[in-house]
Amino acid sequence: MAISASEVKHVASLAKLAFTDEELQKFTGQMDDIIGMVQQLSEVDTEGVTVTTHVTDAIGVMREDVAVTGTAREELMKNVPQHQDGYIKVPAIIDESEEA
Amino acid sequence: MDYFKQDLASLHNLLVKKELSVSDLTNATFDNIEKRDRKIGAFLNLNKEEALKKAAKLDEIGISADNILAGIPLGIKDNIVTKNLVTTAASKMLENFNPIYDATVMEKLNALQTITVGKTNMDEFAMGGSTESSAFKLTKNAWNQTKVPGGSSGGSAAAVASGEVIATLGSDTGGSIRQPAAYNGIVGVKPTYGRVSRYGLIAFASSLDQIGPLTRNVKDNAIMLNAISGMDPRDSTSSNQAVPDFVAKLDGDIKGMKIAVPTEYMGEGVAPEIRAAIKQAITTFEKLGATVDEVSLPHSKYGVPVYYIIASSEASSNLQRFDGIRYGHRANDVRNLEDVYVKSRSEGFGDEVKRRIMLGTFSLSAGTYDAFFKKAAQVRTLICQDFANVFSDYDLILGPTSPTTAFGIGEDINDPITMYMNDILTIPVNLAGLPGMSLPAGFADGLPIGMQLIANRFDEETMYRAGYAFEQATDFHKEIPTFGGQD
Repeated sequence: MAISASEVKHVASLAKLAFTDEELQKFTGQMDDIIGMVQQLSEVDTEGVTVTTHVTDAIGVMREDVAVTGTAREELMKNVPQHQDGYIKVPAIIDESEEA
Repeated sequence: MDYFKQDLASLHNLLVKKELSVSDLTNATFDNIEKRDRKIGAFLNLNKEEALKKAAKLDEIGISADNILAGIPLGIKDNIVTKNLVTTAASKMLENFNPIYDATVMEKLNALQTITVGKTNMDEFAMGGSTESSAFKLTKNAWNQTKVPGGSSGGSAAAVASGEVIATLGSDTGGSIRQPAAYNGIVGVKPTYGRVSRYGLIAFASSLDQIGPLTRNVKDNAIMLNAISGMDPRDSTSSNQAVPDFVAKLDGDIKGMKIAVPTEYMGEGVAPEIRAAIKQAITTFEKLGATVDEVSLPHSKYGVPVYYIIASSEASSNLQRFDGIRYGHRANDVRNLEDVYVKSRSEGFGDEVKRRIMLGTFSLSAGTYDAFFKKAAQVRTLICQDFANVFSDYDLILGPTSPTTAFGIGEDINDPITMYMNDILTIPVNLAGLPGMSLPAGFADGLPIGMQLIANRFDEETMYRAGYAFEQATDFHKEIPTFGGQD
């Protein structure tokens, strides 16, 4: 299977990434090579084989339901790029200037 | 301080007897770094002021004779969060990230009174095998500065190999401790998945990541792993299996140990000089009384494609948290929230990270999930079964760590697939959650050759015992880079 530039663009939009046309060309070629490489898996017979998504024996680890002191808000704000009065500042979710 | 002439026990002895103060040791470590790191480039960020303050305090209270790591200066890979010490994962995304908490491994080391001298360079978000994808600087191989140090823990390996520090922590998702240890002629261990808490390790692929130590010898490595192992309520994948004292049985006999060498690890794709060194190592083990047989891991050749699908899928999910809102890079010049996400991520991540996020997103997408992610997760089961079959008859698996010695800086950086194939011998170990070690087993053209030992889950003891026996029987670990001997 070859991957097209428009498919790469679609995947980029899912991943919240943007590429210039030049980058898109480069990434499409490299993605195509990588996908070609991983497709050798199709030669393996996996009929009836279960999936492995983790390699720990632990399931449903529980802890005691004991209240502990949380992290202070000013600490949590330390790495926030923009904040004011204890709130995180973000631009408008919908850009109203673009609405018809 | 000449770390080439010391180990943790000898340093500890000097500190306890007050023949050396912690402050002098720490200052001498920064002198090492100042002299050598201009050539090597192992460190991203130094912690001089805090380190010297802590050293002075330890000199006041004294070094306890039963705490071997007290006052020992260490380097820490820059994807392990350190409270109040900038932690970047070598990414522009986290250029100014100053953690408000310590990783569990840092809490454990701090409780043992170690001194963090600085954060070591790495491939961005640990994605790479040469440390060239760091957003900030190149790190050079300690033995030849035209060669890569390997990766992703390239800074941690080069810092130890060049004698700047005696030990470091790294992380290993597909070989990121073992391969740079091999390229730099030192000892690197990826513990069993679940042995060491991942709390505070900036997540790349959560079902594969483990933190582990890099040192110049096997015993120091075991001492370091003792310090960081154990169950942690904050990482529900950390195991409640009892943690043995990895040093206690180190010098045990290996007579009768059953060692398996996979045919697939000694094939055409492995450089002849590396195969020769491993054959020599097999002879050494036989002389020590072990039996060595050839076995097969028939699905190991699929390790690389399985890994790139699974690791990239997990990465694409883990790295969604970098959205420019709560921490990390936020783009200027944005009109709406979508812009914050897209521009912050596109500006903050480097190319290799983007490639992996893209491959992962693609593998998990509707329409490709069954053929990619699910297929890879099924083949992962077959790889695990291959290992289980071998370990039902054998104590240990032996082979090379990497198909070649360190390659040239810039050689593979534009060819992702060639770069990915360097990890073919280390990746299956992560997929199966096994412990693996790389240790020096020879040289070719002045560059170190690494031997890999792989044990069954939670059987690091066997791996350490075999590694120690081999080390005592050989002199490879005594070689030091000429660079290190110059001052």
